[in-house]
Amino acid sequence: MEQNLLLTYLLFTPVVGSVLVLFFRNEQKQLARWFGLIVSFVAFVISLVIYFRFDPANPQFQFIHQVTWIKSLNISYHVGVDGISLLLVLLTTFLTPLTLLSTWKAIEKNVKMFTFSMLFLEAGMLGVFISLDIFLFYIFWEAMLIPMYFIIGIWGGERRIYASLKFFIYTMFGSLLMLVAIIWLTVYASGMLGKFTTSLVDLYKVGPTIPHQIQGWMFGAFFLSFAIKVPIFPLHTWLPDAHVEAPTAGSVILAGVLLKMGTYGLIRFCLPLFPQSAVQYAPLVSVLAVIGIIYGALVSMVQTDMKKLVAYSSVSHLGFVVLGIFAMTVESVQGAVIQMINHGLSTGALFLLVGILYERTHRRDIAFYGGIAKIVPLYATILMIASLSSIGLPGLNGFIGEFLILLGSFKSPVLNSWWFTIFAATGVIFAAVYLLWMYQRIVFGEVKNEELKHELTDMNLREMIVMVPILFFIVWIGVYPNTFLKLTEASTQSILQQVGTYTVNLLK
Amino acid sequence: MPQNNYEYFLLMPQIIIGIGIVLSVIIEITTKKSEQILPWFSIAMFLATAVYSILDINQNFVLFGGMIEVGGKPAIFNFIFNIGAALVVLSSIDYLKKYGTYFGEYYILIQSSVLGMMVMSGARDILMIFMGLELMSICFYVLAGINRKKFSANEASMKYFLLGAFATGFIVYGIALIYGTTGSTSIQNLSENFSVYSTNIVFVLGLIIFLIGFSFKIAAVPFHMWVPDVYQGSATTVTGLMSTTGKAAAFSVLIVVLTAVFGSNAHSVTRPYFATISALSMVFGSMVAISQNNLKRMLAYSSIAHAGYMAIGLAAGNAYSIAGIIFYLTAYAFMNIGAFAIISIVEDENDSRVDLNSFAGLHSKSPILAAMMALFMFALAGIPPLAGFFGKYYVFVSAIQSNLTWLAIVGVLSSVISVYFYIRVVVVMYFKDSVEDFKITISSFSLAAVVIAALFVLVFGIVPDTLMNVITSVIH
Repeated sequence: MEQNLLLTYLLFTPVVGSVLVLFFRNEQKQLARWFGLIVSFVAFVISLVIYFRFDPANPQFQFIHQVTWIKSLNISYHVGVDGISLLLVLLTTFLTPLTLLSTWKAIEKNVKMFTFSMLFLEAGMLGVFISLDIFLFYIFWEAMLIPMYFIIGIWGGERRIYASLKFFIYTMFGSLLMLVAIIWLTVYASGMLGKFTTSLVDLYKVGPTIPHQIQGWMFGAFFLSFAIKVPIFPLHTWLPDAHVEAPTAGSVILAGVLLKMGTYGLIRFCLPLFPQSAVQYAPLVSVLAVIGIIYGALVSMVQTDMKKLVAYSSVSHLGFVVLGIFAMTVESVQGAVIQMINHGLSTGALFLLVGILYERTHRRDIAFYGGIAKIVPLYATILMIASLSSIGLPGLNGFIGEFLILLGSFKSPVLNSWWFTIFAATGVIFAAVYLLWMYQRIVFGEVKNEELKHELTDMNLREMIVMVPILFFIVWIGVYPNTFLKLTEASTQSILQQVGTYTVNLLK
Repeated sequence: MPQNNYEYFLLMPQIIIGIGIVLSVIIEITTKKSEQILPWFSIAMFLATAVYSILDINQNFVLFGGMIEVGGKPAIFNFIFNIGAALVVLSSIDYLKKYGTYFGEYYILIQSSVLGMMVMSGARDILMIFMGLELMSICFYVLAGINRKKFSANEASMKYFLLGAFATGFIVYGIALIYGTTGSTSIQNLSENFSVYSTNIVFVLGLIIFLIGFSFKIAAVPFHMWVPDVYQGSATTVTGLMSTTGKAAAFSVLIVVLTAVFGSNAHSVTRPYFATISALSMVFGSMVAISQNNLKRMLAYSSIAHAGYMAIGLAAGNAYSIAGIIFYLTAYAFMNIGAFAIISIVEDENDSRVDLNSFAGLHSKSPILAAMMALFMFALAGIPPLAGFFGKYYVFVSAIQSNLTWLAIVGVLSSVISVYFYIRVVVVMYFKDSVEDFKITISSFSLAAVVIAALFVLVFGIVPDTLMNVITSVIH
């Protein structure tokens, strides 16, 4: 059973790498950079191997590796992937090396520690996506807070301490309530099954049988934790702070992968574990999602700071994802998963691009720029593509996700109303407004500041190496999304089936 | 029941320490360099006892006509006390020079207090419990004020003594009432006839008063008033000892006495009491710790909060919760001793450099110390996969099993609060630049103690089964 160990290899590659990096000397900056890059690249290669061996037609978890870990609680190290988690694993392993490469110049302080944090963070994120044991999931979910906290706190901007603390406490608050719910669930399951179990596969059978009222509370505890991470309006206030203060690499990982852990949690835990409550509260959650879409977009419009603008646009985009998940149709959930990937790529790209400008001028306010198309044409082109992808221009990736979500929510029997779709669709229009307006102010017109001419240089080879793969996938998903959609189809159907069997009575 | 001579053999851990104390006194009298010999002698003795206790863990008997229990749970407690004391001694060696109490008596007092703890945890008779308690407490009063030239140490010692004596008074009064109504001081008798006794209001009153006395010793709200001043004023290493092994000893008594009660399922008496003090301690400890700038004082309030978490297990009162408390106590011992050892390294003469500002920029001064401190802070905050997390996890599970979900929720909410002040230490160490310019002289002995404690925190966190299996094997 050699192939079952693949996920373990994948998970432990960054773990081992992060430990090894600790033995470097502080002065060996270049070595630490290269080492981090190579380790994360190896992880990417392993994830590609997994991708090619994955059977998309099979809705079950694959590449399962299970070893008993804590016998007294029947907790095991139990990992596996289905189509949904595989896509997110690929996103993680894809973005991490690129992010590391993007920091080559930006991070000068304590490179060793930075590489350690990034690799540790990668391991934590991968762990969240591949855990099939709810307890193991929780461990990764919490443990990954620490490196992110350090990344914001050590290499962040001026208000980094405030932002990192807010990030930490916000997330901790949600996850500890989830811990109580997890314990309650496992204690309840031990009564039902006659044994203490934390295996997700077992809990899927137990969750839906929880008495109605308690299930509502359980759903609430899990939902709160994920909602903070996503973040769903009105729990989003940590996000702009964390994004603005984090270094570029932190922002990219935060937007690209970390937020997806919240939406992934909704798909993996909230829906199948508590289907009745999920269906019951779906309209309410969708209202919040739609508010988030519109609110995020409107707030983005008035931002003067580029990074903050992109940060608020995340609130808006993630609103789409949540709407798609809670519409609970095959199209909308698949759209949501694709949208998660899209957001990771396009927002990641936007943060990288903002970072590139910032590295050169140390300014992020939109008003400072203007007319840079003449100075840095290549940069302007790439910013164009990334913005259009974020807006959802047909032919680029954003369109596919948003279209599927809107289509799915339109005919969703759970939501049973057009209004969600109609209001959500305005978010697409607003996105065009704030992104194009930002683009116009930065790129077109006359060169506003003379110093731009001296300070601004076009993208160099290293930056191109970072951006081109992202652009490649932006176009690929836009033109031929089937490669990715077929990966998630069976898994999505299986989750919705789980929801469907327990909620037949609820839906007429 | 083992044979008479064999009984002494089984009592070996206590005997080792007892003989060790006598030998130490002789060493102290006869040599001039006792302060250099005694620490190593103590460590050897503590390690021998710890190893012996663990190896003999399955030899679980009650000796001397129901007076003292050996093996089983007491063996695990002996392990906590002795390893804890060994680490404290190791970190004291260089600290004492700095603190101005570089004499051998210090170690003899620690040895005697450990003997007291061991008597407490093994006692199966209320009077034995009292004897052990007094042996431990009196040593602690002296240790708290061991530097008689320091005003703060004197104050701490005096406060500790007065409030400790007050608590002892409670305990004795409780014992008197219990003895008066039952005519016996044997815990076994208490356990067997609990359903008869519990109808007698005087007995219940005695039990409650007894429990209140011990609530002082575990530092639970509202009996916590002595903690901040004593922890702050005492020598840092002594605080490390008092806050961990001392607390563990008090908990071991509560566990033994309450097992007698749990046996007959009379939760109605104790559950409301422990649930209340537990909730109060967690919330109060965490909230007040936020505003502390002195690290020792902050850890004192955190220790109140931790007593609250452990008391969740007492309130839940099932077999699982006892295992949880013991795990928690072990984890807490290593986390806290480690943290106090680091403070003792950074600390300067005259009690300075113990506040947050002194830790600012510690990362650039000494990466290893900062990393270790961060580890202990994350462990105390309960971030997985570190030992502190599993301690909390086990008691929360036991609470939910006993339908005390509300208490678990109070527990997690106060954990969120506590994250703030633990993380603040990490913030100043890593995110801020140094405020005071000084060079830290790192004692290699203290550093060794820190690293060993950190290893335990990591191992018990990553493979909690190593400890949990041992604990569950002795809980019937």
